[in-house]
Amino acid sequence: MIKYEKFVLPNGLRVLVHEDPHSSMACMNILYDVGARDEQEDKTGFAHLFEHLMFSGSVHIPSYDQPLQRVGGENNAFTSNDITNYYITLPANNLETAFWLESDRMMGLAFNEQGLEVQRNVVIEEFKQRYLNQPYGDVWLRLRELAYQVHPYKWATIGKEIKHIEEAKMEDVKAFFKKFYAPNNAIMAITGNVKLAEVKQLTEKWFGDIPATEPNLRNIPQEPRQLAPRKLEVNAAVPVDAVYLAFHTVDRLHDDYYIADLLTDVLSRGTSARLYRRLVKERHLFSEVNAYVLGSIDNNLIVVEGKPHEAVSTEEAEKALWQELEALSNESISEEELTKVKNKVESTMRFAELSILDKAMNLSFYELLGNADLYNQEIEKYMQVSCTDIQRFAKETFRKENSSTLIYHAQKKGAYAE
Amino acid sequence: MPKRKEHMLNRFDPPALKSIDEIQIEKPESLVFKNGLQVFLFHAPEQELLKAEFVFKNLFEKPENPTRNSALSSMLKEGTIKLSSAEIASQIDFYGAYLVPEFSYDHNALTLYTLNKHVHSVLPVVHEVLTAAQIPQKELDTYIRNNKQSLQISLEKSDFVARRAFYNQLFGNTRYGRSVTEGILDGLTRSDLTQLYKKQIQPQNGVLFLSGNISEETLDLFRNYFENQWDGTESLEYTPFQSEGSQFLDLQVIQKPDAMQSSIRLGKVSIQRTHPDYPALQFVNTMFGGYFGSRLMGNIREDKGYTYSIGSMLANLNHAGFLSISTDVGTEYTKATLAEIQKEIEKLQQEKASEKEMELVRNYMLGSMLGSLESIFSHVDKFKSVFFSGLDLGYYHNYTEIIKEITPEQVQDLAQQYLGFDDMLKVVVGEVK
Repeated sequence: MIKYEKFVLPNGLRVLVHEDPHSSMACMNILYDVGARDEQEDKTGFAHLFEHLMFSGSVHIPSYDQPLQRVGGENNAFTSNDITNYYITLPANNLETAFWLESDRMMGLAFNEQGLEVQRNVVIEEFKQRYLNQPYGDVWLRLRELAYQVHPYKWATIGKEIKHIEEAKMEDVKAFFKKFYAPNNAIMAITGNVKLAEVKQLTEKWFGDIPATEPNLRNIPQEPRQLAPRKLEVNAAVPVDAVYLAFHTVDRLHDDYYIADLLTDVLSRGTSARLYRRLVKERHLFSEVNAYVLGSIDNNLIVVEGKPHEAVSTEEAEKALWQELEALSNESISEEELTKVKNKVESTMRFAELSILDKAMNLSFYELLGNADLYNQEIEKYMQVSCTDIQRFAKETFRKENSSTLIYHAQKKGAYAE
Repeated sequence: MPKRKEHMLNRFDPPALKSIDEIQIEKPESLVFKNGLQVFLFHAPEQELLKAEFVFKNLFEKPENPTRNSALSSMLKEGTIKLSSAEIASQIDFYGAYLVPEFSYDHNALTLYTLNKHVHSVLPVVHEVLTAAQIPQKELDTYIRNNKQSLQISLEKSDFVARRAFYNQLFGNTRYGRSVTEGILDGLTRSDLTQLYKKQIQPQNGVLFLSGNISEETLDLFRNYFENQWDGTESLEYTPFQSEGSQFLDLQVIQKPDAMQSSIRLGKVSIQRTHPDYPALQFVNTMFGGYFGSRLMGNIREDKGYTYSIGSMLANLNHAGFLSISTDVGTEYTKATLAEIQKEIEKLQQEKASEKEMELVRNYMLGSMLGSLESIFSHVDKFKSVFFSGLDLGYYHNYTEIIKEITPEQVQDLAQQYLGFDDMLKVVVGEVK
């Protein structure tokens, strides 16, 4: 449970404030309602590249990081397929510095060519480090493309290919800023050792005169219902085979989302979960297994993945995963199993409430979903899920026609073996 | 219509800097149970969660084999006299609790996180794990098989290979330097691990850090299980540490011809937290490569764009300290990066830092100290760091004073004394272009 207050500026900026007197720090989180799903297919990776440029100086402030570090603050940001999220934590008595910095870059960027050039390189190195120079690093480049045919979720936030980053032009950067970086497209949450009245006054002072932009009317093509199974097998320079099964499922706001989340917990949360117990510990088929739902705002995926042991073929591995999924469709889970995953949700939420940053991010994200109060209602929604719901949902979801299967065949066994 | 503002807002100048508050770290209440277990209590009555961390010093025999200690840590939860691996897992998970074994170079820890309301239900399981683990052969076989496979995957990651080569060169075949191999995993036996369990996991070798809402009732529960029902078994023997690091200072290159990036690791043995220069050297390290605004980041990422990230750190172990620099760069920038790192070191040694940069680093470090004390659990971590170095909380007062008063001359002196590029070990995995 997070207690908070909300107010909205005339320019459309939504602000959520949570006072936490136990902390000596303050946190400012700003979520911009733009992600990789808002990109054009021939200019992917742009929302993320843009996030980097937000640190290359704004209209009145040549360096973003230095003045913040000077007051003892730290910051970072991330981009997902749905959102771009920036955050600062700093000693609470220096909160105004965060207002000064964030309002300036919402007002306008410096847009210098050299900054763009360097950040293109940095992002290309990030692309290599995370996606290309890692065993299995390209899973999400492949799996998204296989599972989504129409929806822009078919590309990863880093982009489809390095070329798109190389080709980013200053004019694209400017147009992107104009379209998405404005108070009416942002949500700000302030948490920590702060007072509502002070936050209100500072918000009006620093953000009050930033003009709103044209509302962004999204027209994202929706993914059509999948009618036949899809499969991609690749030979990769990895030492161990891997199997990934992806299933389409509901939007984040659908009531079934909570069922999907608990169902993947039944499969793979903690060492008592089904996949780990049966496939790793009892049958010794895999060295690791996992199942999770992506948590995207639109059309989600449930992913079930594992790395089989050398003696196990990928066909056997796939079959074993399917057996566990079918077991969920064919038989109800026990009340005890359901209570277990619900208890875990409860304790995990308590953990998230230890951190002023987690609280600020959660308030912003749920406000984007429609209302920050949804965060406080989550637990109730999880508690309402029944064993019957889980079985019904498993039946609807774990169908061959709804599956995309990606197999890595290991081509590189023991390259550095000693 | 909003009223027109009478003064234009000055957006060029930052708001006035307010000095960072004095840093207060919670002092724990200290007890010793009659079986020798040392206990520290950190009270936070408003907290719904309770954390109980049992920490044991790692024990070694010659030749030192840290894989054995790490395996012991993972095997704790894999079966006791009364409970199977599956039963332990489901009893902990059922109550939404977490029971996490952690292995580090000097210690192994078993940490319980639980909601207060479930503490009485999960403590019996923790007690079983600490007093009656069996290390079943079947579970050990699974552990070995799975870890061999994940080692194969790790060995495809160039940063992993670089780190491993670096530690091995730095410390040789000792607890800090000896790498895990498939052969070492295959050589793990139930009898060795059981013997180690008996020696290591016992109250005289342990410390319990308990934090959260510790009611009298909760403390009684802990006393019941971990004082009254836990006896020490054997006397303790600590093997002294002797480094076997190599003197090989030429660049070591592990070729990976198809790599898109090179992983670079540089560094050398350095001082420990107990050394009077340590806080000031942390300041130098921060300026050099310890934060986003550091010189290495500024030059090699933000100016040249050779990498997504570069950093340096000062590591403190029980018997040694070391400094390391690490990054992954496009292979075509490998040589240039090495040259730039050297340049940055020489600049620190030859030129005085500006007052502006001194202030920046100083405030950043004080701010991040404050920010690292978010909940009672982070106060425990701060305490642990000094406790295991044989220091007390006065260290942080001293640290703060040194960070506030350090001068550009001292930075330069320390850089000359501790950052020599020529006597650093250098490892590259990838290609040197």
